Amino acid sequence: MKYGLYPGCSLNGTGIEYGLSTKAVAQKLGIDFVEIPDWNCCGASSAHNRDHLLSVALPARNLALAEQHGLDQIAVPCAACYQRMKAAEVALRDEPTRREVGEVIEMKVEGKSRTRALVEVFTNDLDAEFLSSVVVRPLSGLKVASYYGCLLVKPAQVAIDSPENPMIMDKLMAALGATPVEWSYKTECCGGSLAITRPEASLGMTANVLKYAKLAGADCIVTPCPLCTSNLDMRQKAAEGLLGMELGLPIYYFTELMGVALGLEMSQLGLTKHFVEATSLLKNTPAAQ
Amino acid sequence: MGPIQLSMTVASSQDFRDRLKQEYGVDVSLCYQCGKCSAGCPAAFAMEHTVRQILRMVQSGLVQESLSSYSIWACAGCETCSTRCPRQVEPAKFMEALRIEAKKAGLVADKNADLFNDLFLSSVKDTGRLHEVGMIARFNILSGQLFKDAEHAPGLFTQGKLSILPHKIKNTEAMAKIFANVQKKRGGKS
Ligand code: SF4
Ligand code: SF4
Ligand code: SF4
Ligand code: SF4
Repeated sequence: MKYGLYPGCSLNGTGIEYGLSTKAVAQKLGIDFVEIPDWNCCGASSAHNRDHLLSVALPARNLALAEQHGLDQIAVPCAACYQRMKAAEVALRDEPTRREVGEVIEMKVEGKSRTRALVEVFTNDLDAEFLSSVVVRPLSGLKVASYYGCLLVKPAQVAIDSPENPMIMDKLMAALGATPVEWSYKTECCGGSLAITRPEASLGMTANVLKYAKLAGADCIVTPCPLCTSNLDMRQKAAEGLLGMELGLPIYYFTELMGVALGLEMSQLGLTKHFVEATSLLKNTPAAQ
Repeated sequence: MGPIQLSMTVASSQDFRDRLKQEYGVDVSLCYQCGKCSAGCPAAFAMEHTVRQILRMVQSGLVQESLSSYSIWACAGCETCSTRCPRQVEPAKFMEALRIEAKKAGLVADKNADLFNDLFLSSVKDTGRLHEVGMIARFNILSGQLFKDAEHAPGLFTQGKLSILPHKIKNTEAMAKIFANVQKKRGGKS
C-alpha cells in the first residue's frame, strides 16, 4: 500500500518518537509512505484566527503538490494538521473557492487527493486478521485510556469517528492484546492550543484529562497526536502539582504500542525519549515475562 | 457593563450580524440561548463571558464589547460547542469570526495571543515551516514573560526534540506569494 505522507512540523521535533515509530511500524506492515516534496506548514493554529482564505490556501499548496506527484491519499499524523488539511479539502469541493484558492497559490488544484489521519490508515485500512497474525508480543494486562483529543473527531465535516465516544483506537488496543478502559474524557480538549498564550488555563485542562484517565484505572494513555502527547507528557509533573495527586501515566503514541506488540525494539521506537518514563511499564506486561 | 439601551444598539448593529452571516456563515439569530455550548466548553472556567453570553451580546447589539472581550481569546477552538449545538449556530466558528474581526478593528484584548499569531505566521511566511525554538524565544522576549516551558528546554534538546536552526522549504517564494496574494484579495491591507 502506498500513501503520501504529510509529516507536519512536529514529527522531527517534539514528536520525534511518533516519526520513528511510524516509520518502523510501516516498514514492518509493508506500508509505503512518500513524503510530499517540499511541503509547507499548514498554518494551524494561527492562520484561521487571521484570515479564512489564508487558512485554506496554506494546506491547499500541499494538496496541490500531492496531486502533482500522483499521491491519491495523504496520511497525516498530527491532529491539528489533519483538521486543517481536511478542512481545506472540503472547502475545495466548492468550485468558486477552488478557483480563488488556485489564484492565491498560483497552482492548479483539483482537490482530488484524500486527507487521511494516520490512525485511520493503521486501523481501517488494515485487515484485522492480518494485524492479529503479526502481533508477536501481545500487550496483555496493560490498561490503556485511549485519548483522541478534539481535532480528529470535530467538527462533523472532518471527523474520522464519533465526536463523543470514538472507538477506533480502543479497538486497535484490544487487537494488540491490551485492555481499553472506559472513561469520559476521550475527546475533551487538553488545552494544547492555549499552552503558550494562556499557560494556567491550559494546564487546568491538561490536568483534568490526566486525572480522569487515572481515576478510570488506566496504567497509561495512548494518543494519535504529537500536540496532545507533548502536552500530556511534558506538563504532567506540573499537573501533578496542580492536582496534588500522583499520576505517573506514560503517554504513548498508538504507533509505539503497535511497534512493541509487533516485536520491535523500544529504542528504535523512541520509547526512551519520553518525559514520564515509558519503558518499565511495557517490560512488565505479563507477555514480556 | 452598565445599563444599556437595547432598542438602539440592536438596530445599529444589524450590519455586523449580516456580515457574520454572509462572510462566515454564522447566523446568530438561530441561537435560542439554551446554553449547551457553554455547559460543555472546556475553557469556560477561564472566560469572563461564556460563548453563550457573547452570542447574546452580539444578538443584542453589543458588538464593540464582544470584539474587545478577553474571553474570545481563551477559546481553544476545540469545536465541542459546534458539534453539540442543537441549532447549528456553529459557536466555534462564531468565536473565530470575532477574533478575525477584532484584529481588523484593532480591538484585540489579548496581546499575547496577538503576538503569538504574528510570530507563528511570520515563521511560516519566511521559511515555510514553524520553527518552535525561534518562535518561543521571540515570544518570551517580546511578551516580557518567560514561557513556562523554558524549564523543559534542556530535556527537549538532549532528547533531540528541538533544533536550534530553522528548517526551510526550498520554494520559500511560494510562501511569499501566498501571503501577498491573500493581501491583494483583501484590497491591499491585511
Ligand atoms: S499544525 Fe503544527 S505541526 Fe502541523 S504543520 Fe502546522 S505548525 Fe506544523
Ligand atoms: S486535545 Fe489538545 S493538542 Fe490535542 S487536538 Fe485538542 S487542543 Fe490540540
Ligand atoms: S448551544 Fe447553540 S443554541 Fe444553544 S446557546 Fe449555544 S449557540 Fe445558542
Ligand atoms: S470551541 Fe471555544 S467556545 Fe467552543 S467549546 Fe471549545 S473552547 Fe469553548
